[in-house]
Amino acid sequence: MFGKLTWDAIPWTHPIPLVAGIGAFGIVGAVVLFLIFKGYAPYLWREWMTSCDHKRIGVMYVLLAAVMILRGLTDAIMMRSQLAVAYKAPGYLPPDHYDQIFSAHGTIMILFMAMPFVIGLMNIALPLQLGVRDVAFPTLNNVSFWLTASGALLVNLSLLIGEFAKTGWLPYPPLSELTYSPGVGVDYYLWAVQIAGVGTLLSGINFVTTILKLRAPGMTLMRMPMFIWCSLVSVLLIVCAFPIFTATLALLILDRYLGFHFFTNEAGGNMMMFMNLVWAWGHPEVYILVMPAYGIYSEVVQTFSGKPLFGYRSMVIAAMAIGVLALLVWLHHFFTMGAGGDVNAFFGIMTTIIAVPTGVKMFNWLFTMYRGRIVFKTPMMWSLAFLFTFVIGGLTGVMMAVPPVDFMVHNSLFLIAHFHNVIIAGVVFAAFAGYTYWFPKAFGFCLDERWGKAAFWCWLVGFYLAFMPLYVMGLMGATRRMQHYDVAAWYPWMLIAESGIILVWIGIACQITQIVVSFRHKEELRDVTGDPWNARSLEWSTSSPPPVFNFAVLPRVDGRDTYWNAKQRALETHSLGPEPAYKDIEVARNSPTGIVCAFFATFLGFAMIWHIWWLAILSFIGAFATFVAFAWRDREEYRIPAAEVARIDRANRSARLAALAHLGVVQ
Amino acid sequence: MSIATTDFGFVRGAAAVVPFAEHGERSVASKLIIAAFGFWVFLLSDVVMFSAFFATYAVLKDMTAGGPSGKDLFNISTVAIETGCLLASSFSCGMASLGARARADFMYYGGMIATALLGAAFLLLELRDFTTLIAQGAGPSRSAFLSAYFALVGCHGLHVTMGLLFLLTMMAQVYAKGYRADILRRILCFALFWHTLDIIWVGIFTVVYLMGVAR
Repeated sequence: MFGKLTWDAIPWTHPIPLVAGIGAFGIVGAVVLFLIFKGYAPYLWREWMTSCDHKRIGVMYVLLAAVMILRGLTDAIMMRSQLAVAYKAPGYLPPDHYDQIFSAHGTIMILFMAMPFVIGLMNIALPLQLGVRDVAFPTLNNVSFWLTASGALLVNLSLLIGEFAKTGWLPYPPLSELTYSPGVGVDYYLWAVQIAGVGTLLSGINFVTTILKLRAPGMTLMRMPMFIWCSLVSVLLIVCAFPIFTATLALLILDRYLGFHFFTNEAGGNMMMFMNLVWAWGHPEVYILVMPAYGIYSEVVQTFSGKPLFGYRSMVIAAMAIGVLALLVWLHHFFTMGAGGDVNAFFGIMTTIIAVPTGVKMFNWLFTMYRGRIVFKTPMMWSLAFLFTFVIGGLTGVMMAVPPVDFMVHNSLFLIAHFHNVIIAGVVFAAFAGYTYWFPKAFGFCLDERWGKAAFWCWLVGFYLAFMPLYVMGLMGATRRMQHYDVAAWYPWMLIAESGIILVWIGIACQITQIVVSFRHKEELRDVTGDPWNARSLEWSTSSPPPVFNFAVLPRVDGRDTYWNAKQRALETHSLGPEPAYKDIEVARNSPTGIVCAFFATFLGFAMIWHIWWLAILSFIGAFATFVAFAWRDREEYRIPAAEVARIDRANRSARLAALAHLGVVQ
Repeated sequence: MSIATTDFGFVRGAAAVVPFAEHGERSVASKLIIAAFGFWVFLLSDVVMFSAFFATYAVLKDMTAGGPSGKDLFNISTVAIETGCLLASSFSCGMASLGARARADFMYYGGMIATALLGAAFLLLELRDFTTLIAQGAGPSRSAFLSAYFALVGCHGLHVTMGLLFLLTMMAQVYAKGYRADILRRILCFALFWHTLDIIWVGIFTVVYLMGVAR
């Protein structure tokens, strides 16, 4: 009846996951109960959970990422603490549990923290920057979000019911085959990631279509803001790479469930094929994450330097070049496979070549700042820290692109230090910069600067303390995924790394405080004009938060800095120009398709993990029925009358006029 | 980025261009173009997924682990009939599209039913092939070659199954709602999906069956 699921699946004898699981789900459950008890449930259902508004969906993505970063950092501090005490000692985490923690940490941080964060920021900013009213497929956007959330739920469910994979964040066979991992851990990984992967692929398709087919009149490709160019590269890579991941995991599923022999030791299986396939996705994935990050830095640097971006055309070429090169370097993740000198040389050279377009970008950011009037707000601080820190990560990357060097440091802590260096400094700092930068756009008030800067310094110093020792230990021979050790020389470095993660947690505490303080003082921090940073691109031409239709009249774009130029004209003439002729606007209706579909997807995944076949079939039928019900509805959109559009837009215009008048008085 | 223009003439009156009062410029594409373009991108991603299965098959096709090879197993005449079914179904699918465009019930339903029957015949033949192989001990667990064979061909078969579900849904939709603009867009997407499966089958027919029997 319930397949492999019995009461023994709950880890009664393992206090750490049991308490953590009960704690995490207890907090989430308490929050849900509180919201229902307070009567917020109908509001949340109507305005958020079923909303097809890209801004709302973006906020939900970022919220998911924020919850998941807490989970991922909990894993991180547990691992660092284990290594801080496991010198000539077993430590407090048994190997069996430690292996699950590092696997969950990687899976969650990449697929359920960084990805939702980046896609959430794209959701918030991208249609606004394009000057349009929504993405190409608004309901699909909602479905994507809920499928991602469904995957995240399954990963976390493994805390309480069963176990998680002990194979690392990419389940390498033959270890991940049924013979060596007979439990449900790998299955949790496979189904959670497959479900979330479908969501990501749908997002990718949605954004490719949005960028290439939905732009404000006059916005040619070479007039798009840099964030959009970088996001375009990212979503094209999603479309190119995620299907490979889906296929690879499907092959592993077939191995585990139906006794196929793709990656097994027996019957002609070839485990190195898994490494090749999975990294053919995995390396582009790095750029899927970091390209939007480059876009965020481009926006932030030009805004807070008060100058247009230096070398726009070369930035575009560099971004596209990185996109192509990203698909040609996967083998550098396993030079030690032994493919031979010529193959390794090819991939080594391709890898070092990526440093060229990246260097172009670095210099363009520097030249954008050169002779600019730099304003040191929090987003700019993150960007400056990125410039320094990312170069270190890039240089160690180029070192490891040389195969003989890679043979020395393969799977050592040096590698761990390298990829944390590029992903934290590249992606996480960008996510925080973008979060601070677009927060006023999404919510109508700015975040508190003081707490933001405190968080920044804690994170920055904490990062260096946590990861620079790992470079040193890696060169001293310390390997990754190590549960205990007895080398005296490593011990002090382990303690320094532990202090780093504690500082990062203090940074997280500052960020939580920042949100609370900002909400308390939101009237003082209110963004009245919709343009709090004196920025350049179209998202700042509408109010904060924008109305559901974004723009009362679609902006007419005549260059790269249309909004900036319009703003300068308004400042000179002290007027906003004539009021446009307002028309009725059609906006996508809410739809519960996404959340209902994800509900069935969660059960489908759970049923497959525990071999409850009848439930799997029922869930599949439910998901299909949901789509048919969606296809049967008669109205996709609702109409906002012109009078209402006019009322909303006039409020925005009068706020801007008041700001203009105020500026006039000051001058 | 232009998609074959013939496809756009296909649904008349559906191209409701978002109006731009100020300049009358058509820069935000019509709903039909957006839907078709998005679906093309999806199909391309699907082709990428198949390419992973093809690559796997290419790597493992000689890994027979002492078991039978393609030359021993493939029955090329059944495969020829399967191919005929699929190619004919592409033709009938095209007729159904023309029927939808002309709002001609007989042509639309007739074309869709013929497509469904041909697709089902293809699936039955494929399933018969699979069961025969498994019965003679050449199932997917026998060797890496057979694993790759069943995964690649089976993945295509699964797509055909999903296509049949899609097809029946579209017939029911036209029956219940008529030739509405959004439904015509979905019919276009279905037709693109079905033709893509044909293209993939041409690849499978060549790489798996013809090259398998030739060696």
